[in-house]
Amino acid sequence: MLWVLWTTISVTGGLFALAAIYYGGNRSFLLIGRTTDGHHQIELACDACHTSVFGGPEILQKACVNCHGAALKLENDSHPLSKFTDPRNADRVQGLDARHCVTCHREHRPAITQAMGVTLPDDHCYHCHHDIAKDRPSHAGLKFTTCGSAGCHNFHDNRALYTDFLVKHADEPDQLPVQRIALIAYLTKKADAIKVPRALLAADADAPPAHADAMIAADWASDAHARAAVNCSGCHTTKAAPRDWIASPGIETCKSCHADQATSFTEGRHGMRLRQGLFATRDGLLGLFKARKLLPMSPKDARLPMKPEAADKTLTCNSCHPAHRYELVKAQVTACFGCHDDPHTKAYFASPHYQLFKKEIAGESPRGSGVSCATCHMPIVEHRDEYGEKTTFVTHNQNENLRPNEKMVRSVCGDCHGEQFTLDALADAALIAKNFKDLPAVHIDSIEWAKKRVKERSETRK
Amino acid sequence: MQTNSIRLAGLALLVCGMTAATAAFAQSWLSAADAKGIPLQKVTDMLHAVMEADRTIYTARVVNRLQNEDKVITADEHFADKKALPLPAQMFRFAAERVGEKTQMFSYSLLSIWPINKQNASRTDAEKEGLQAVVDDKSKAFYKGETLGGKKYFTAVYADVAVSPACVNCHNNHLESPKRDFKLGDTMGAVVIRIPVE
Repeated sequence: MLWVLWTTISVTGGLFALAAIYYGGNRSFLLIGRTTDGHHQIELACDACHTSVFGGPEILQKACVNCHGAALKLENDSHPLSKFTDPRNADRVQGLDARHCVTCHREHRPAITQAMGVTLPDDHCYHCHHDIAKDRPSHAGLKFTTCGSAGCHNFHDNRALYTDFLVKHADEPDQLPVQRIALIAYLTKKADAIKVPRALLAADADAPPAHADAMIAADWASDAHARAAVNCSGCHTTKAAPRDWIASPGIETCKSCHADQATSFTEGRHGMRLRQGLFATRDGLLGLFKARKLLPMSPKDARLPMKPEAADKTLTCNSCHPAHRYELVKAQVTACFGCHDDPHTKAYFASPHYQLFKKEIAGESPRGSGVSCATCHMPIVEHRDEYGEKTTFVTHNQNENLRPNEKMVRSVCGDCHGEQFTLDALADAALIAKNFKDLPAVHIDSIEWAKKRVKERSETRK
Repeated sequence: MQTNSIRLAGLALLVCGMTAATAAFAQSWLSAADAKGIPLQKVTDMLHAVMEADRTIYTARVVNRLQNEDKVITADEHFADKKALPLPAQMFRFAAERVGEKTQMFSYSLLSIWPINKQNASRTDAEKEGLQAVVDDKSKAFYKGETLGGKKYFTAVYADVAVSPACVNCHNNHLESPKRDFKLGDTMGAVVIRIPVE
């Protein structure tokens, strides 16, 4: 009867091990191969996507939309869900089930994963657009693997690529005569308008004696928080517990005033581990395991090249905005360079954009006229909430203006440069690696084709 | 003899009574089932009445007035970029998309034999038939059952008529429009409403 005992022990032990995996402990051995670049930071928070043990694409779809839904709405998604739930497109759905993100973006398939996490062959447009040559004779003979190439079409975001837009911006010069630099308008209109009865001085610092520090008080007094009358207690204590001193306030503290910036930070690659609802372990098994959130990102976990001396730094608000001296100018470039060590970053200091920035910090050109890392990758944006109310703020989601780079045409490049120049530059990977030191060596035909189409259609009217 | 007759009469009365009761009960049970549901044709007619009314008002009192008469704003497909009004067809489509987000009880779209956006051409057989039927006679709606993607639908097609100069002016002058000689009162397209049936 010994086998009964052994079976019982084995089964119980196995169940316990399963529970330990589910609730707590290192789950990395459960990972099937390399995760996508977009998700590798949160790969151990399995239940962020797999919210239920059972269920198929519908379960995952909820998770996808939870994080990415707002951005798709903002992009005016060219292939929204509503297109494919319409019964008249039922036959198209049978060819390519575009109702579910995972049809095209399947995780845990490193062998077939391409750019943007797409796990379909490049010619998937064929399923619905196989007869495009009928409507657009200019497309006859083109390979279906070239639809999504730079400057032509994007499955989701075509805000800078639709025909009318191309035609409208057709003959723009490389450098626009009037360069609309959003930061200047924003700074003068909104950010500098904070009025307080009196800016605080170092002597006004209200830290209790145990935590008072003259150096820190001097730093704080020279910066924006003191000017806006935010005292030590404003960040180091909470209204609920005014006597409890928080030594290192976290993102929740910053968020209480800078909600847009803090939230957008957690939407990008810098802060995605700090996003609400991501857990490495869960409460369970009668209190044996406790829920623990993911730890903030460190450069050593990154897939991009990072400076070795920055390997163990953790990414929080203070990584770019040192506590007590928020130094917005340094945050725009120096902070980035402190960790990032890739060709594009290293080439920045030889680029024409940096020359403009040097002039700005030397005071030789107006505030906001320089082009820093932040100008392109963390610009001022306008967002609308579900009630259509607008907010204008510096987005801290560095990916909102990064990949795919068509996103940057209107919100960044188009402020200073013409459309043709922009499309050419963004399509030239070698130029991007050199951080735009030379002129683009690529030419995108989209604008010419759009103009030709308009001309042809006007002529058929005569 | 008399006792037997009385028994017989009583039995006959009982049988008649039971038959009558059963008949009455069956009648009420059957008509209750009828009274529960509104015929699908009526449902699509009701939906179309609201859609047609909303869009006619938008086209006539907003777009035509402000764009063509007062000339203070244009209507454009890219209304956000151009600070213009959404097109009536877009107003219709945005509502249809919003309905699609909220319920699967019905779906609707605006289609045409001469669409500016080729995605709005007819695709299913019922659409092709219906679009032609309402062009031939705009006073009559077209109803048909359809099976799409393995599911059954009741499909209704209604003529979409040019009710305002804004309609014909824009379509006649649009570079991508296959037909350039619409007149007021012409059927330019059709509203197609689908209700899934068991």
